[in-house]
Amino acid sequence: MIEIRNLHATVDGKEILKGIDLTIGPGEVHAIMGPNGSGKSTLSYVLAGRDGYEVTKGSVSFYGEDLLAMEPEERAAAGLFLAFQYPVEIPGVANMTFLKSALNAMRKHRGEGDLDAMQFLKLVREKTRSLNMTDEMLKRAVNVGFSGGEKKRNETLQMAVLEPKFAILDETDSGLDIDALKIVADGVNALRSPERSMLVITHYQRLLNYIVPDHVHVLAHGRIQRSGGKELALELEQKGYKDFGVEEAA
Amino acid sequence: MAATHETVEQVRALAEQKYKYGFTTDIDAETAPKGLNEDIIRFISAKKEEPEWLLQWRLRAFEAWKTMQEPHWPKLDYGPIDYQDAYYYAAPKLKNKPKSLDEVDPELLRTYEKLGIPLKEQAILAGVEGTEGQAPAIAVDAVFDSVSVATTYKAKLEEMGIIFCAISEAVHKCPELVQKYLGSVVPYTDNFFATLNSAAFTDGSFVYIPKGVRCPMELSTYFRINQANTGQFERTLIIADEGSYVSYLEGCTAPQRDENQLHAAVVELVALDNATIKYSTVQNWYPGDANGVGGIYNFVTKRGACRGVNSKISWTQVETGSAITWKYPSCILQGDNSVGEFYSVAITNNRQQADTGTKMIHIGKNTRSTIVSKGISAGRAQQTYRGLVKILPRAEGARNHTQCDSLLIGDQCGAHTVPYIESRNRSARVEHEATTAKISEDQLFYCRQRGLSEEDAVSLIVNGFCKEVLKELPMEFAVEAQKLVGISLEGSVG
Repeated sequence: MIEIRNLHATVDGKEILKGIDLTIGPGEVHAIMGPNGSGKSTLSYVLAGRDGYEVTKGSVSFYGEDLLAMEPEERAAAGLFLAFQYPVEIPGVANMTFLKSALNAMRKHRGEGDLDAMQFLKLVREKTRSLNMTDEMLKRAVNVGFSGGEKKRNETLQMAVLEPKFAILDETDSGLDIDALKIVADGVNALRSPERSMLVITHYQRLLNYIVPDHVHVLAHGRIQRSGGKELALELEQKGYKDFGVEEAA
Repeated sequence: MAATHETVEQVRALAEQKYKYGFTTDIDAETAPKGLNEDIIRFISAKKEEPEWLLQWRLRAFEAWKTMQEPHWPKLDYGPIDYQDAYYYAAPKLKNKPKSLDEVDPELLRTYEKLGIPLKEQAILAGVEGTEGQAPAIAVDAVFDSVSVATTYKAKLEEMGIIFCAISEAVHKCPELVQKYLGSVVPYTDNFFATLNSAAFTDGSFVYIPKGVRCPMELSTYFRINQANTGQFERTLIIADEGSYVSYLEGCTAPQRDENQLHAAVVELVALDNATIKYSTVQNWYPGDANGVGGIYNFVTKRGACRGVNSKISWTQVETGSAITWKYPSCILQGDNSVGEFYSVAITNNRQQADTGTKMIHIGKNTRSTIVSKGISAGRAQQTYRGLVKILPRAEGARNHTQCDSLLIGDQCGAHTVPYIESRNRSARVEHEATTAKISEDQLFYCRQRGLSEEDAVSLIVNGFCKEVLKELPMEFAVEAQKLVGISLEGSVG
């Protein structure tokens, strides 16, 4: 259970989040929709603990623990995963090496032993197969020269291997054509489980046709303006965000 | 901003991290009086029971040295060096010259054990050698202060006609080879530090690979400065005769001391027709503390001559230590179709300074050279890549490709690239690529979100950055080097 209470945060001294309240239960998929500049990505970075995103008020309880007191890597080890809107390139580091380092670092945090090369290979093979991926991508350097679709699939694979309790998908649909979107959504859906909750952040309703949420929230001006079921997304698709005092540019 | 700041903080914290090889060995040593003069040179020469020609060669070098000036063109900032305030000869006191490892002072053996250098020869059973899972044998020559203390696997190599021994021993064993090649690549008048070395060199390794022989194991020299106030002036000479192959590794450490110690080595490589020499260095001399107190001054002249057709010399270096590094392993590509390579990773942290690079001199036709240099600066370190690619008129069809990448960690360090290109043949093709990058906050955050600590993230990113060079190292060195990259930057690996 993730409980966000009256969360305020600033970036470069400017207040972006102005009191977010949100409770996400185990296995639930919540969508946050909102216009550009409403604070969607800020919320994901604040939850993941990025430097420069300063919490000024409020609390976040993550399965009973104080999330905001933890370092980013401790949050990751506790089971928080952020699928990046723009996955970062790390030249010269093979995807496989990266995944293995990440998994073993988390296992260490949790007091578990390292997986050896063979055990790890077996695990990754299993995951790639379940996501309908080839392991060709594992030999390449992390995200270097990947297409938009490949980058997002790679994020999904990382999620599959790291098995988080809570995944935040930040604008996973951006930069994807419809075919790539379907593949990534299939991957994400395959990872839905009663123990894993998700927060899907998106500008467009389109993604939610493929990853169907249990709850939809509209974020504007740093606050959740309205909450509802999945039909709220369709309503927004028709009416836009102008009811929330936002003029959409194109 | 904050992440960068933290990284800087972290790098600073690392400085307090203890240099792993900083211990001293308590051993009785014999030293010559401080300073350098004709008498000391005669003393060194007499100690080694050298022939007259070598003594005269040393003395000529000393005469030349007295007229020379220390070079000030490198981008290095250090106080004046008092060359008369150092010991030029220090040797562990040996009752008798040891004939086998069993006779070597156990204290010395323990030192090398602590350093992780295998001086014990593992019995290799016939037929078992090279089987899966068994570490390949490495023959080691260990140089402690001014003398070589042990060379392993000598007998096995001798069966194949390979000579691998201390250079002081080679002077007696194969004087004609030493006389023919010593100073033939780096003449005694070459430069201030090489000339000083020619006058005062005390020991080093000698390798001769006979015609058509492929050396079956890595040859390795391990240099260790132990004695306080001692300079180390070793001289290495490797000759690969026609059609032969050798891979040679060099490692170095020194105890942690507050004063600066001088290291002025010379390495000469000679590759004849169709011969290949692969020379790898992992240099981890004591770098000084966070404030730049202490550390080794490393002024080294390394040069290889591809004398024969189709010969090849490949330098790979991982430089993480020393307070000051001044070093340009070079290739003279004299034989037609000869190949020169230089792969380098240099890491400078805290107050370390390095001015390093290479020279590729293309003389023969269709000569080719490749330069890949990766420089990483952290803390308040300054690092310069300085390289020369020179194509002479006769070098029809010569080709060079140079790639220089710099990585900066924090905002108080510097990276400088100074490439010189001189081409005097129209058919030559010379390419130069250079990049400078910082470890981005995006990369760090991405790694941390995946559970890696900031230290491990930096290590992973830097190892990725150096990968092209690290993969050139022999297997058993590559793992060490990867760890060293980690230690030099964060000290997380013990």
